[in-house]
Amino acid sequence: MHPVLFIVFLPLIAAIIAGLFGRWIGKTPAKVVTTGALMIGALLSWPIFFQYISGGAGPVVVPVLKWMQSGTLNVDWALRVDSLTAVMLVVVTSVSSLVHLYSWGYMAEDPSQPRFFAYLSLFSFAMLMLVTADSLVQMFFGWEGVGLASYLLIGFWYHKPSANAAALKAFVVNRVGDFGFSLGIFGTFLVFGTVSIPAILAAAPGMAGSTIGFAGMRVDTMTVLCLLLFVGAMGKSAQVPLHTWLPDAMEGPTPVSALIHAATMVTAGVFMVCRLSPMFEVSETARTVVTYIGALTCIFAATVGCAQNDIKRVIAYSTCSQLGYMFFAAGVGAYGAAMFHLFTHAFFKALLFLGAGSVIHAMHHEQDMRYYGALRKAIPITFWVMVVGTLAITGVGVEVGGGFGFAGFWSKDAILQSAWANGSVSGTIAFWTGSLAALLTSFYSWRLIFLTFFGDARWAASEHIQHAVHGHADHPDEEHGDSSHDPHHVAVTGTAGYHPHESPLTMLVPIVLLAIGALLAGQIFHPTFIGVESAPEYWRGIIAFSHHLAEAAESTPAWVKLTPTIVMLLGLWIAWNNYIRHPGSADRFVGYLPGVYRFVANKWYFDELFDRIFVRPSLWLGRLFWHRGDEKTIDRFGPHGAAYAVGVSNRVTYRLQTGYLYSYALVMLLGLIGAASWAIWWAAK
Amino acid sequence: MIGLTHYLTVAAILFTIGVLGIFLNRRNVILMLMAIELILLAVNINLVAFSAYLGDLTGQVLAMFVLTVAAAEAAIGLAILVIFFRRRGSIAVDDVNRMHG
Repeated sequence: MHPVLFIVFLPLIAAIIAGLFGRWIGKTPAKVVTTGALMIGALLSWPIFFQYISGGAGPVVVPVLKWMQSGTLNVDWALRVDSLTAVMLVVVTSVSSLVHLYSWGYMAEDPSQPRFFAYLSLFSFAMLMLVTADSLVQMFFGWEGVGLASYLLIGFWYHKPSANAAALKAFVVNRVGDFGFSLGIFGTFLVFGTVSIPAILAAAPGMAGSTIGFAGMRVDTMTVLCLLLFVGAMGKSAQVPLHTWLPDAMEGPTPVSALIHAATMVTAGVFMVCRLSPMFEVSETARTVVTYIGALTCIFAATVGCAQNDIKRVIAYSTCSQLGYMFFAAGVGAYGAAMFHLFTHAFFKALLFLGAGSVIHAMHHEQDMRYYGALRKAIPITFWVMVVGTLAITGVGVEVGGGFGFAGFWSKDAILQSAWANGSVSGTIAFWTGSLAALLTSFYSWRLIFLTFFGDARWAASEHIQHAVHGHADHPDEEHGDSSHDPHHVAVTGTAGYHPHESPLTMLVPIVLLAIGALLAGQIFHPTFIGVESAPEYWRGIIAFSHHLAEAAESTPAWVKLTPTIVMLLGLWIAWNNYIRHPGSADRFVGYLPGVYRFVANKWYFDELFDRIFVRPSLWLGRLFWHRGDEKTIDRFGPHGAAYAVGVSNRVTYRLQTGYLYSYALVMLLGLIGAASWAIWWAAK
Repeated sequence: MIGLTHYLTVAAILFTIGVLGIFLNRRNVILMLMAIELILLAVNINLVAFSAYLGDLTGQVLAMFVLTVAAAEAAIGLAILVIFFRRRGSIAVDDVNRMHG
């Protein structure tokens, strides 16, 4: 039996055990089973990955079951393992097992832990099904499975109305994307007559230039298919304009944010585009759209991230922005760089989220960075791993002597250089947008560090801390800091007598391991993913890796290579100047540009726009059908009308029944006259 | 010469008086019973008149039946009336509305 069977199905078995029998076996066995299943998966995944790196393995398809056979549609359950899947297997199982372990500490006080761990394992199973899919239909199964698990986990604290609303929003926004994805699958089946991914990719180049009727127009077949599939990717990977669910998804527990909304599920869109990269290579238009959407998301999320005060929301927008990088990398044809950034991002973003969780844990569920400060000494391990994560995301490193750098240095620079080397208009725009976003990334990431760990303690103003100090010690949920506080609010300094505590070992071990990953993942694996000579050896046509583009990216001018480093230092300097050297100057700067600040702090008014365009008309339409259609038409003439008619006829017959003998006699007489008349005049004829 | 028409006219008048006696009478249930007797008699006159006119005895036989039934009906009606009077202390027609549910 191929090890991938264990990797994929152990989490499912664990989820069933923990989910259905958690009440009987107790919380500790449920935690052991689920965490163990993922750890076995991780231990089995890394050797597979190294097999592909050393070049000793080709693509493998492990058949599992027949699924459906209808006419020419033939779908089987089959697990596909190749170099692309191997990357995702490693990412998913490693991050998932670390998040499972982390949750032992983070969720220790939660009353329904078996349910939580069951959901986590169910998510891991669905994600693994997605990445091992051999056909688009099976990928769609995993796609919907992770969506379901995401919904369940965002709404895990179902007693919070905001969590339920966020879960619904995530589900509904993803429906829009999934609608596009399913149309894409239907279209692909229509055009190619199969849903098997290798068959589609083999046939795709032959379809170049053909047209298809879509919405009453003749359009390029591959462009429309790629764009429909990309709509699905936009929904799952939170690209503008389908990004609105991701920040709200932070209502879920922090380990969930780390696993689902940073490291794995949101990268499914990038994975899908890379998996289908030979298709996207056929359509220039589709790739241009992908580039622009990616670049727009990248800069949009980076600006919004600068104006957020909730620590998790800063990282959420950061995720959104980094996904933008991955997409425009794919758009310019640098699929290797996109997968590389996906790989490194999984480590450092999971690290940042779990680190933020550790801070939140230490600060008694306070999530507003304005109430942090001076935590460096109180939680030193968390501080240092967060710094490593920040160094990784901002891309610190040097080119000298073959280069040394943190994870993001390798992958982000590769993306920007590829965008420049692509040479097209969209590529150049993406390069400049990405560079500006890198500056903002550096600024908001260091702002997070400075606000959280440096400066004076501003804990006294926090309600959560006051609760903690005054003895209302245990409420298990983290209520997110309300980001609609007055931005010019005067910080109250002081510790209020609160003593933050470092997190337990089960939380520290995962973040330290991820910190090692964030430190070394780029350094070790960059030849595999993007090396001019070694990457084609690794990918072997599984993704449309362009040797030519990789070479061009290597030989970009020096200033292009240095741009990311320069903007990174600039962002660091701005953050340092505003939050360490002259605390308060950020507020003054905001005072000069109140309009810009409001625009950014309100997330470019996307939520308000969608509210006007979609939500309110839908509500209006719903109310119309409800009041006018249902109440005033169907009910009025249906059940209510029938009841009313019965009432009226009741009153009439009640009057008829007088009880007086002569009334009955009169009726009899009239009846007799009527019958006699009928007999004489009509029946006689 | 008294012909069929005269008999029928008398019968029709008696019948009408009987019917009106039922509807217009608001005082007494006994009057109502008497009105019913009148109606039956009107019918009997019709039966006998046609029987004589057509030379067929069937009508007259039927009239004898009707008389018997009318006697039985009157006896039962009066018996009910007596019991009713004992219970309610009145036999005014407007008081007899127990059939109103």
